[in-house]
Amino acid sequence: MRAADTLVESLQAEGVKHVFGIPGGANLPTYDALVDAPFRHVQTRHEQGAGHAAEGYAKASGKVGVAFATSGPGATNLITAIADAMLDSVPTVFITGQVKTELIGTDGFQEADVLGATLPFVKHSFQVTDPRQIPEYVHEAFHIAGTGRPGPVLLDIPQDLSRADIDYEPRTDPVDLPGYQPSTDGNVKQIRIAAKALANSRRPILYTGGGVINANASEELRELAGSDRFPVTSTLMGLGGYPASGEAWLGMLGMHGTFTANYAMDKADLIVAIGARFDDRITGKLSEFAPNAKVIHIDIDPAEISKNIGAHIPIVGDVKLVLPKLTREYRALQTDPSRLDAWWDTLRGWQQEHPLYYEPGVDGEIKPQFMIEAMHRATGGEAILTSDVGQHQMWAAQYYGFDQPRHWINSGGLGTMGFGLPAAIGAKVACPDEQVVCIAGDGSLIMNIQELATCVTEQVPVKVFLMNNGYMGMVRQWQELFWDRRYSGVDMTGSPDWVKLAEAFGATGLRCENSADLEETMTRALETDGPVLVDVQVTREENCYPMIPPGNAARDMVEAPRGSQVS
Amino acid sequence: MEAGTPQAVKLEDLHVPGQLSGRKHVLSILVENKPGVLARVAGLFSRRGFNIDTLAVGPTDDPSISRITLTLDGAVHPIDQVTKQLHKLINVLKIRDMEPEETVAREMALFKVSSAVENRAEIIQFAEIFRAKIVDVARRTMTIEVTGSADKIEAFERMVRPHGLVEMVRTGEIAIARGQD
Repeated sequence: MRAADTLVESLQAEGVKHVFGIPGGANLPTYDALVDAPFRHVQTRHEQGAGHAAEGYAKASGKVGVAFATSGPGATNLITAIADAMLDSVPTVFITGQVKTELIGTDGFQEADVLGATLPFVKHSFQVTDPRQIPEYVHEAFHIAGTGRPGPVLLDIPQDLSRADIDYEPRTDPVDLPGYQPSTDGNVKQIRIAAKALANSRRPILYTGGGVINANASEELRELAGSDRFPVTSTLMGLGGYPASGEAWLGMLGMHGTFTANYAMDKADLIVAIGARFDDRITGKLSEFAPNAKVIHIDIDPAEISKNIGAHIPIVGDVKLVLPKLTREYRALQTDPSRLDAWWDTLRGWQQEHPLYYEPGVDGEIKPQFMIEAMHRATGGEAILTSDVGQHQMWAAQYYGFDQPRHWINSGGLGTMGFGLPAAIGAKVACPDEQVVCIAGDGSLIMNIQELATCVTEQVPVKVFLMNNGYMGMVRQWQELFWDRRYSGVDMTGSPDWVKLAEAFGATGLRCENSADLEETMTRALETDGPVLVDVQVTREENCYPMIPPGNAARDMVEAPRGSQVS
Repeated sequence: MEAGTPQAVKLEDLHVPGQLSGRKHVLSILVENKPGVLARVAGLFSRRGFNIDTLAVGPTDDPSISRITLTLDGAVHPIDQVTKQLHKLINVLKIRDMEPEETVAREMALFKVSSAVENRAEIIQFAEIFRAKIVDVARRTMTIEVTGSADKIEAFERMVRPHGLVEMVRTGEIAIARGQD
């Protein structure tokens, strides 16, 4: 069998239903094999789009996302998506064509050392040197990408080797890699100590992250939180892991987190970190982070434990397996829940005194926060929401109120502008029956606007709600606050007419300039067949609050000014 | 439950172990003998800001496995974090942080020293004291092979440097655990 056909067979054996990509010279044999593939290939308009679509697919479905690119520029175009998948632990397999074996190392046409270039961004990578390796490498790639702490795996296949004729032997046996044995169970003794520490805590907090989503452990998290009245906060990546409508929910924490969540971390005596990694956007100034707290850190990746913040009780394991054990141990201790009364009084007091706040718009002005609230109403709060990176992302995280996991898909670690639209394509392909909405910024959207063509030609009906303020808003906010308002390179007023642009692509374009029409316009967009882009004209210079200025502690948080808009 | 009951773990008794050991560490790393493995290890060190002091790579008795021996400063780098990051590389099979008392460590160095007629005898004497070998003699230089601990090699360097050190090459340390019965 031709090696490229064994690639397709192997992908099918892994349960692949959809792939994303673009052909080129070096992966022609693969694309020839794809003609007869039993799974769907979604042809994107840029390899970065294919990469983010694979990520969106993986994040929405929990399955491994797959993207193809040719050698050289095709492969380098994938790199941003690979790095993004690495930082957000997205299970993905990237399959690149490579120049013929005899040309490797000669600076041949469209040759790039993609294996070398992606070393810092991959969980693992393979370059095929013998065509018979293809089934084995595919099998191992899916295993590595999807287990342990998920991440991107690159498979680079030289063109001549994918044309070779080989005997195909399906690989379905369990993968056994001596250098890759993630520990998942959690040490029972450590879990018992953690339960006892929790029992002795007066001001505990559950600090949850993307690991809860990756592990499909929302149910287990709710059980733990409900085993006593443990307050819950989450990182940007963990939103939806615990429902925003749940009573223990304090809101997101970190740079643009709620007052209550950040102050709770600051005053807590015990932090239970669950699938979270104490990123600098969470901790701010490390030396002043959570000065009163002891730390229980539960993570599948041992290297995250005590990397940034020392863990008093480290527990290496899959949170889906560890949390039920911790809940059981804790319940057995039969603690008196009234010991948390004082803590909850404090937390409720903060929530009342310091809610999320913005000055309402006047005369039909659409405040960006209002736009997110309108989206929540129009979608019933049940959409899968993808986002780009910037102010709109933070407002969506603050105001949408995610009640379910895998409904908030964004680029957290790498912060990749232009992520939202292609990720929405991937999410919609993975979950065709769900409402998939991309909340975009005008700075971000244009970075991958070509994927609107993918939406149209591949019939992927995503709805793009563009929060249009004519700025690269978050950068503008920083220039306003920290650089004496010297605006530099942030004006986006020269952007195209978005409605006409959408129509030129063959999508539907709508515009909304008055808050009174907003929800109705959104509903219309959601009810319109096919892809829709809604240009929503929002307040130009609105700042995203609360904000902990970079390098500061939670106590230095700046809240939204009241009464007169500071600008 | 009340704080301080025997069943409870008192929060004030919980501590984080120190991260920096303050001494030199020798890591003996078994890796799969596959293309690009050294690049993965070296790349990890550079992007995480870990500074390798010495590095030696060679085969083991199993041709599918290579050994990387590297030394780094535990006063600057949290060794625990370094080994955990290394373990994340799929091709890394086993890492041993060699305990100084239970380890035999050796390094080899070649010194090319200027040797005029008047100091030649003295250099030969140094070589004898250090149980070093003279491996090449030319009209103006002498090349000496020294094997031993890093300290010994550095001591030899201090002795010959005043005579004019033309060139020096060091292999980096290799290490093996002392025999266990």
